[in-house]
Amino acid sequence: MIYLEVKPAEFKSTCLKLHQETGSPVMMLFADDERQEQGGYFIYCAFFSAQGRQWSWVKTFLAENNPVFESIAKEIYSANLFEREIKEMFGLEPLGNPDSRRLRLHDEVWPEGFFPLRHDFTNFNVSGAIGEYSAGQVEGEGVFEVPVGPVHAGIIGPGHFCFSAAGEPIIKLSIRLGFTHRGVEKLLENKLPHEAIALAERVAGDSSLAHGLAFCQAIENILGLNIPPRALYLRAIFLELERMYNHISGIGGMAIDVGFSFPAALCSIVKEALQALNEKLTASRFLKGAVALGGCRDLKDGDQKLIIDSLKNIMADFNEVKKLLLGSVSFMDRVDTTGRLNRENAENLGVLGVAGRASGIAVDLREKTSPYIESGFKMIVRNEGDVLARLMVRLDEFEESSRLIQEWVNKLPGGETINRPLKLVAGSALGAVEGWRGPVLYWVRLNNEGKIARCKIVDPSFRNWTGLSLAVLENIIPDFPVCNKSFDLSYSGTDL
Amino acid sequence: MNTLTKLIKNRLKKGIVTRPIPSLELESLGQELDQAIKKRFKRSLHIREVDTGSCGACESEIIAATSPIYDLQRFGISFVASPRHADALLVTGPVSKNMVLALKKTYEAMPSPKFVITLGDCALDGGVFKGSYYVENGVGSILPVSLHIPGCPPKPIEIIKYLLAFLSDH
Repeated sequence: MIYLEVKPAEFKSTCLKLHQETGSPVMMLFADDERQEQGGYFIYCAFFSAQGRQWSWVKTFLAENNPVFESIAKEIYSANLFEREIKEMFGLEPLGNPDSRRLRLHDEVWPEGFFPLRHDFTNFNVSGAIGEYSAGQVEGEGVFEVPVGPVHAGIIGPGHFCFSAAGEPIIKLSIRLGFTHRGVEKLLENKLPHEAIALAERVAGDSSLAHGLAFCQAIENILGLNIPPRALYLRAIFLELERMYNHISGIGGMAIDVGFSFPAALCSIVKEALQALNEKLTASRFLKGAVALGGCRDLKDGDQKLIIDSLKNIMADFNEVKKLLLGSVSFMDRVDTTGRLNRENAENLGVLGVAGRASGIAVDLREKTSPYIESGFKMIVRNEGDVLARLMVRLDEFEESSRLIQEWVNKLPGGETINRPLKLVAGSALGAVEGWRGPVLYWVRLNNEGKIARCKIVDPSFRNWTGLSLAVLENIIPDFPVCNKSFDLSYSGTDL
Repeated sequence: MNTLTKLIKNRLKKGIVTRPIPSLELESLGQELDQAIKKRFKRSLHIREVDTGSCGACESEIIAATSPIYDLQRFGISFVASPRHADALLVTGPVSKNMVLALKKTYEAMPSPKFVITLGDCALDGGVFKGSYYVENGVGSILPVSLHIPGCPPKPIEIIKYLLAFLSDH
């Protein structure tokens, strides 16, 4: 790990240099309010070099009486959303960033001048004039707008999409999120780590395990806690089970979004089989409560056989789904070349995970880690960047996950599955997990009492939504649902 | 063999995948309910779902309840795309401040008679998000709620049970 603490004046140049050297987008950029302890705020910026599996951090101090920092978003676009977030939540000004729109605290709901993540914020005195929202209009002869949401036709999270179209093709898509903002990062503060796991598991319901695991890893890294080998394997098995049930759900979603309902029904049968397996293994269909600080729950007698037998049936159904989808000319016609996100745009936006790998960005946090490295983990990368590429990544990852789980079940190490932390200590660290959608990142700082002083969460959806708004350009509005499903992003994970 | 013949063959081989409801009276309750729904809602009950800030797990389970495995539709209950077509509003999430207006407008857009169902622990009182600066601590403070389905999230089978039990009582 590279860890640089620099003066505010050197913050920007250091970030630019690391960005250039690592070729990494901004992985995290966030503030921490330490006015009480240190008399000011800290800004942290993280990059990740996939080749060396190395994290690089830049940290700088902002005095309370001069709460501004130099924006890096003009040079590194992937910093933009993070800078807007810092301004919105802490009231720290990124100098030179032209985009001051809020992300989560909607203008027509929340007055100016209240910054929830400052430690002295209380919600009793929030009042004042409220503003209005404008999506920004596209003008010209024959241009029309199609506003959709926040309440959608399907059973799905809330978001507002405003399409500007000229004839059939979309020429602009404004996505407004924040409708599921619940203030999770604030709620996590002043909790003891073991009290906070349940909340982390409820940030994004479809990634309960990845979020719980990333949080636990952050705490374990602070405490320097070693995880027993058996727990490492079991955690990886659970993580891949989460990937499998979400991938099959998304694959079915893509089929239904082009009106191909038969394979979609088959996918929901497979998803149900996987969730039923989850429940038998962990007592939760969403694998909630499967991980704990220092380890995870153990399997019961007969569970290993259950996993192998279930996966056999599941893969038989999956192969049928795959044949149905890839063998249908009309389906392939709908997904091939639809919703392209090219590599350059994906890189600039910092798109990662499934969507990134479908656009040629070969980053997967599972690579070169145990137990993946021992089992010859194969990273799936495609270069086309269209709906089909994202579908193929998910189909291939589903097969790879199934292979890995079966291999691990057969060579599961013995011994304990938990190494309970003896004593909490102050400190900060990162937890990083490749969830099914992409990298789930938790940075946690514990105070002297062992309570959470700051927890920054980055769900991959946060970075990938902008990718969707570029991918749909020049596509027709009726193809939006399948483009959207191919990215399969979380509202609640983004909104926090 | 052409694709269609192959599909039909596979379907026949697979048989019916729908699970029987594992409870003593529920299948008969379902039939009773069918009668009740036919009478009260003119043959079927239509539900509009609104997410006011859930983590998405509740949505996942509602969708599962309509999958071939649980097949909620067999009892005459279905989910519709517009509040204009709905008899009931099914609300998940602790109600983020950003969703208050959309929730009220969705309710207002429904024709009477109408009623509200909440689903999931956070829709009742905020659940794990209770006390946050940005949630309204449940749906009850905004709309009149007739039925609550507890769980975090409730399983598909529980969703069906609660709906059937409620409808047969009323």
